[in-house]
Amino acid sequence: MRKMKGFLLVCCFIPLTAFASGPEMRLDKAPLHPTDKISLQRGAQAFVNYCLTCHSAEYMRYNRLRDLELSEKQISENFIFTGQKVGELMTVAMKKKEAKQWFGVAPPDLSVIARSRGPDWLYTYLRTFYRDDSTATGWNNLLFDKAAMPHVLYQLQGEQTLEVQAEDNGHGGTHEVKKLKLTSPGVLSKAEYDAYVADLVNYLVYLGEPAATKRTQLGAIVMLFLFLMLGLTYALKKEYWRDVH
Amino acid sequence: MSKRLESMIGWIDARFPLTSNWKAHLTEYYAPKNFNFWYYFGSLAMLVLVNQLLTGIFLTMNYKPDASMAFGSVEYIMRDVDFGWLIRYMHSTGASMFFVVVYLHMFRGMMYGSYRKPRELLWLIGMGIFFVLMMLAFTGYILPWGQMSYWGAQVIVSMIGAIPMVGPTLSNWLLGDFMLSDAALNRFFAYHVVTLPVLLVTLVVVHILALHEVGSNNPDGIEIKANKHPVTNIPVDGIPFHPYYTVKDIFGVVVFLMVFCGIIFFAPEMGGYFLEYNNFIPANTLQTPDHIAPVWYFTPYYSMLRAVTVNFLWIDAKLWGIILMGGSVAIFALLPWLDRSPVKSIRYKGPIFKFALFLFVISVLVLGWLGTKSPTPLYTILAQVFTVIYFAFFILMPWYSKIDKTKPEPTRVKE
Amino acid sequence: MADIEKKQGINSRRRFLITVTSVAGGIASAAIATPFVMSMMPSERAKAAGAPVEVDLTKLEPGMLLLVEWRGKVVWVLDRTPEMLATLKKLDGEVADPKSEKQQQPPYAQNETRSIKPAILVVEGVCTHLGCSPVFRKDIAPADLGPDWIGGFFCPCHGSKFDLAGRVYKHVPAPTNLVVPPHMYLSDTRLLIGSDKESA
Repeated sequence: MRKMKGFLLVCCFIPLTAFASGPEMRLDKAPLHPTDKISLQRGAQAFVNYCLTCHSAEYMRYNRLRDLELSEKQISENFIFTGQKVGELMTVAMKKKEAKQWFGVAPPDLSVIARSRGPDWLYTYLRTFYRDDSTATGWNNLLFDKAAMPHVLYQLQGEQTLEVQAEDNGHGGTHEVKKLKLTSPGVLSKAEYDAYVADLVNYLVYLGEPAATKRTQLGAIVMLFLFLMLGLTYALKKEYWRDVH
Repeated sequence: MSKRLESMIGWIDARFPLTSNWKAHLTEYYAPKNFNFWYYFGSLAMLVLVNQLLTGIFLTMNYKPDASMAFGSVEYIMRDVDFGWLIRYMHSTGASMFFVVVYLHMFRGMMYGSYRKPRELLWLIGMGIFFVLMMLAFTGYILPWGQMSYWGAQVIVSMIGAIPMVGPTLSNWLLGDFMLSDAALNRFFAYHVVTLPVLLVTLVVVHILALHEVGSNNPDGIEIKANKHPVTNIPVDGIPFHPYYTVKDIFGVVVFLMVFCGIIFFAPEMGGYFLEYNNFIPANTLQTPDHIAPVWYFTPYYSMLRAVTVNFLWIDAKLWGIILMGGSVAIFALLPWLDRSPVKSIRYKGPIFKFALFLFVISVLVLGWLGTKSPTPLYTILAQVFTVIYFAFFILMPWYSKIDKTKPEPTRVKE
Repeated sequence: MADIEKKQGINSRRRFLITVTSVAGGIASAAIATPFVMSMMPSERAKAAGAPVEVDLTKLEPGMLLLVEWRGKVVWVLDRTPEMLATLKKLDGEVADPKSEKQQQPPYAQNETRSIKPAILVVEGVCTHLGCSPVFRKDIAPADLGPDWIGGFFCPCHGSKFDLAGRVYKHVPAPTNLVVPPHMYLSDTRLLIGSDKESA
């Protein structure tokens, strides 16, 4: 029986894995530090400076940033540029309709973008913009071809260009390898820029689920209590079942 | 018991059958003493039901069944309502865990022949519960009005439109519109929070009443009622449900809660299987997501829906797919009459049944896995092969269960 | 296993285990109930909507009543003239709680004028009887209120009367003085209603 099971499993899955790899680009792993408040604060600063001008986060209240160990005073002085009150939502002044005219699509709300795209996608996306004169914005993206968004952070990163090389694929043929080259440096070095984007993505992940830290903290207590209950209920069950066995 | 309490219960008993029901369903309901691991899932299903009802009520307090507000109101619950995130995760995790528990409960029944005489009706009521549960899951999944909510529902609704003759009219009637829109969201919400829960709770009560009438089956598949103590008239292999199975089930509940809470607190999305990533994008009626897959508990049926690619006997492939999908669920109801084996439990059944059940489980797992993937030519062939195996398990059962070499059943249950 | 009935029963070990498990279960139930109960408290949205309201007083003139909405209630800001303030002393015998001893105001408004600045009254325009909004009647001795009326607030629902400090008259349905909400002056002309603490 066991042998047969193993054989069947092998039959089922071996051919599938061979087909499973797609043409998708490999994502870089985002270095996330959900409890690093300083990183989150830096990310929040980058977010309100660069993202919130076009994108909204309309389910997030500014005063929720207290989670990041910021006071309401700090929040309203350093994070709100719209004259809104600290309890209000991170909306955007730009009208959806106008935005659609400018960019072709309305910039999506970013409240839960990290939950739909995933942090690795965002981390890769924000680092792979390159110059492309054929697009309306003059920018293109390696991960998201013909992205409507221009490279908002180019002053920090600098300008990259695309280089396509033919590379031997080991089976006698060649395949294209796309590489980005930094042609004019920005304010930040490559490592600094990566760290900057990492902070921003860290914040976007927090933004996707602000309760996440509280969730895991509460979870630890609940699990501990359940362990206690496990022992108690097992002892009770065992005691009663002595009658039966 | 104190005198005071005793007289109070006496007062109630004269007006309501409290003590007699307590006895009939708990202290003097005799269950076989040899229940194993597989017998936890009935009580766990009850626990999840209570969880869904309770968290559901509290979600209703803040949810807005309006196409322009639904998505936002869910995020409002996740962020602005105190502990709203916890209540929502309890509900979303509960939905998936309901299926985990019910699938294991059904598999138990298939292993030990719990659907056989005299429990055919019990099995059919259970099928009713399963059907209502699927409707609840479907209507519930629409409510957040994300991309998967919308496009998943779109697929299901299109199926109704494929029914010959009445399809298009029926679909318009169901949706209250010519497409999936606010009107449908609003009425699916009504079904999800009123109609279906009332139906589900009623069926669960009926299921338990029927169970307590015929008595529980057990891993040996023999009737404990056939062997009663000459004096007390109590089944010799039975033990009172309370306290023995209550303490045992409470232990089971704690183990279950460790899994349940582990998911809620540490992996509420469960890698995209319990909460799909694309459902964090608000519904966009003009753009289908690149990859659309139902939630994991529907993927086996979804695979069978996609498996049919040829027209056959005046009926086109699309309708065949729908027939197969409906049939794959409905066919469970025929089990009591398909199984012709002289024994109930897998313990005494022969190698053919064991192999058939094993193949069936494999086919469900493979079909389920395929349902999460985008179709490729290879996947489609695989889906077709395993669909055939899936149905063969049922359709061929009258023959293979009869010729199978069974072992003799014991007269008493094994410890 | 027919003799199970004989074995059944509660020994001391069982009693102990039942007690401990029940206590733990009770704690668990209370813990589970907490998030459900808490979820019914005002949400962050409600708190944001109920945030303190800033009022600009530059346009407020003596004798003028300003209506401000705070937490869905009307708050009156009344700049009382010296004549109006003079009426308060005269009514000490007519009102139910002349010294504002009942906790219907923050401590800083528990004074003769029931206000921080003597002239400016800040009070919720909600009758303490059943929640109607009284009417500001500064006219003296009108026909409907009688010759003794020297200005105040009158509730049309059930006839409660309040003076110009929001103190309730004797022998009317309303039991207590009008509520003074927490408030503070950010500057001479900027009033904050809803908070009396620095950067709360």
